[in-house]
Amino acid sequence: MEKSLVNLTIDGKAVQAEQGISILEAARKAGIDIPTLCFLKDINEVGDCRVCLVQIEGRRGFATSCIQKVEEGMVVHTNTEEVLEARKVVLDLIISNHKVDCLTCVRSGSCELQTLAKQFNMTDIEFAGVRNEHEIDDLSPSIVRDFSKCILCRRCVATCKKVQGVGAIDTINRGFESCVSTVENKSLNDVNCTFCGQCIQNCPTGALREKDSTGEVWRKLRDPETYVIAQTAPAVRAALGEEFGMEVGTNVTGKMVAGLKKLGFDKVFDTNTGADFTIMEEANEFIERVQENGVLPMITSCSPGWVKYIEMNYPELLPHVSSCKSPHEMFGALLKTYYAKKEGLDPSKIFVVSVMPCIAKKFERQRTEMKNDGLFDVDSVITTRELARMIKQANINFISLEDSEFDNPMGEATGAAAIFGTTGGVMEAALRTAQDTLTGEDLKKINFEAVRGGEGIKRAAVNIAGKEIKVVAASGLANAQKILEEIKSGTADYQFVEIMACPGGCIMGGGQPIKTSKERLDKDIRKLRADCLYSIDEKSTIRKSHENPVVKKIYEEFLEKPGSYRAHKLLHTKYQEREKYNF
Amino acid sequence: MENEGKVDFTKQVDAKEPEKKCKCKDKFLEELFKTYQPIKDNLIQMLNEIQDHYGYVPMDVQKELSEFLKVPMAEVYGVVTFYSRFTLKPKGKYSISVCLGTACYVKGAQKIMDRLQERLKIGEGETTEDGKYSIEAQRCVGACGLAPVFTVNGKVYGKATVKLLDSVLDELETSN
Repeated sequence: MEKSLVNLTIDGKAVQAEQGISILEAARKAGIDIPTLCFLKDINEVGDCRVCLVQIEGRRGFATSCIQKVEEGMVVHTNTEEVLEARKVVLDLIISNHKVDCLTCVRSGSCELQTLAKQFNMTDIEFAGVRNEHEIDDLSPSIVRDFSKCILCRRCVATCKKVQGVGAIDTINRGFESCVSTVENKSLNDVNCTFCGQCIQNCPTGALREKDSTGEVWRKLRDPETYVIAQTAPAVRAALGEEFGMEVGTNVTGKMVAGLKKLGFDKVFDTNTGADFTIMEEANEFIERVQENGVLPMITSCSPGWVKYIEMNYPELLPHVSSCKSPHEMFGALLKTYYAKKEGLDPSKIFVVSVMPCIAKKFERQRTEMKNDGLFDVDSVITTRELARMIKQANINFISLEDSEFDNPMGEATGAAAIFGTTGGVMEAALRTAQDTLTGEDLKKINFEAVRGGEGIKRAAVNIAGKEIKVVAASGLANAQKILEEIKSGTADYQFVEIMACPGGCIMGGGQPIKTSKERLDKDIRKLRADCLYSIDEKSTIRKSHENPVVKKIYEEFLEKPGSYRAHKLLHTKYQEREKYNF
Repeated sequence: MENEGKVDFTKQVDAKEPEKKCKCKDKFLEELFKTYQPIKDNLIQMLNEIQDHYGYVPMDVQKELSEFLKVPMAEVYGVVTFYSRFTLKPKGKYSISVCLGTACYVKGAQKIMDRLQERLKIGEGETTEDGKYSIEAQRCVGACGLAPVFTVNGKVYGKATVKLLDSVLDELETSN
């Protein structure tokens, strides 16, 4: 049924808009921009910050255009002197309780409050008064919270609760003492936070940020005793360019590798190679589970935020989770065993740095299970944003870098591994290998379109070796929860599930370049980054993990076969039930 | 030796979780969870009953309530810290409230509050270590004609002065 239209006037322009939409949306569709701050489409539409206020003829005061619905005959003014002055007062009030340390703030340049202050020519703060002082929470391995920069827009709260279904943070206390915090103001380390970092992605200011690991990486890079190896996740190459002003979805693999080499890494490898191992092990595990009547459906385990979520919320379902380590952990383990031996390196002198789109990887890295012979598989994790900062710090002109290639012998990766970075990609890569393994043929139909796309839950039935297999790919933890409830209630009729904690998968991870709420309205960021990965896959000469020559060689020389004793020792892990609240 | 280190994923698990036993700390909570449907709308009503029963909303009860209603604990805590009716600490044997509503405030209630805090050496919303006294700020008790007003366990003292407060405290001091 078509929605009926209403007629209204915005800034003297006759506008037709669908009934039920907000003035803000109607104005934007008509090409009239209204500034916003707390507004996040479909996630946070609460009229909290009052930056978007407008005047409606015949009404007293101002209306918040993000929640005020359009009405027939309405006459709206978005740009009068009164409106602009009122917005300026609103901003003044917000800034009066904001720690203004822009020069040293990590979000300087990508801060929505800063942008608005500039736009409104805020040269002075009239309402300077008492400011809320708060202790910085930097106890978790992934997220730093500095509440003195919080403007109470609640975008993080809505994201954590609605999109992720976690609810680690909420508005607590009242009046001037109101703040966004956890139960009893505990560290995120001690509550039900999964470290997905979606709160950071949605924070307009520097109140939430990743725990910076660039310092330790710099130190190791400058230490001649240490052999520093970088490995980069698939999603990083699809987004790193944005930090240098390049178009969203630009593939910057070559420049990224060149940049890392310039920074002084002894070797630059591709986590995609690790992803190919993950597929080998995971496809094998899946086939074994099917053939040996194991626990089904099997759920993927590459996303550490997701793993922490199930450990805290559904520990009884842990046997469903694949025992495979995530790609960078597998790869780190191989670097410190197979590669070290091959190159005659002392594994204890190797420092593996994973460049990830993810901040939960920082947590995953230091899990005690991720160790072999007393050494962590991975020694440090930096995000896409942190790598960009390092490149800028080193005064490297990223845009003009000549393309460079991953180092050998661990640099070869397949198209299957590239698509690991997007929702549905791990599933598709696993299916490619599973169908070849089961049929013993080199099948040509390898695009599984049904698991592509941005939907939060994608269901498909695929035919593999004459057998129908039902699969699900879910991204975003609120969607994951729906799938887990289905499994718990016994209504799940599928055998293989891929879950990624971040909506859209790793390309939209908590460590990726931050996009303003407006940029996200204008562009489908997820699709552009995903398309970049799918095009890398299309262009790859090898598109199935089991055909990767590096993978074949290492199985031959070292691991023997998927699921072998050594493979289990190095490439698989265990999970544990976790308390949601440590108090 | 061959299977050592290998993760056993063939072990079947019962898909359905065994009926979750209430880890409730007491009968009251058990009864409460039987009385109410586990839906979010019941949060405030249940908190009311909990506050009345325990005299405050203990943290472990918030945790139980969060599990029962499937509401994140941060949200439960947010509601508890928003409404002044809910407290996180038990109130004292003598719960003293000073009205700081407009009428009382204008009539100098802040002086009474300051004196009270000075004498008991605790702040607003706190309880003395011996559990004897607690202080609260109230917003209008509906006796503006008697402003300024303070109450001790619900008993109203009108037209209050610092002197009156002192004498009431002296009396309580000797009464155990």
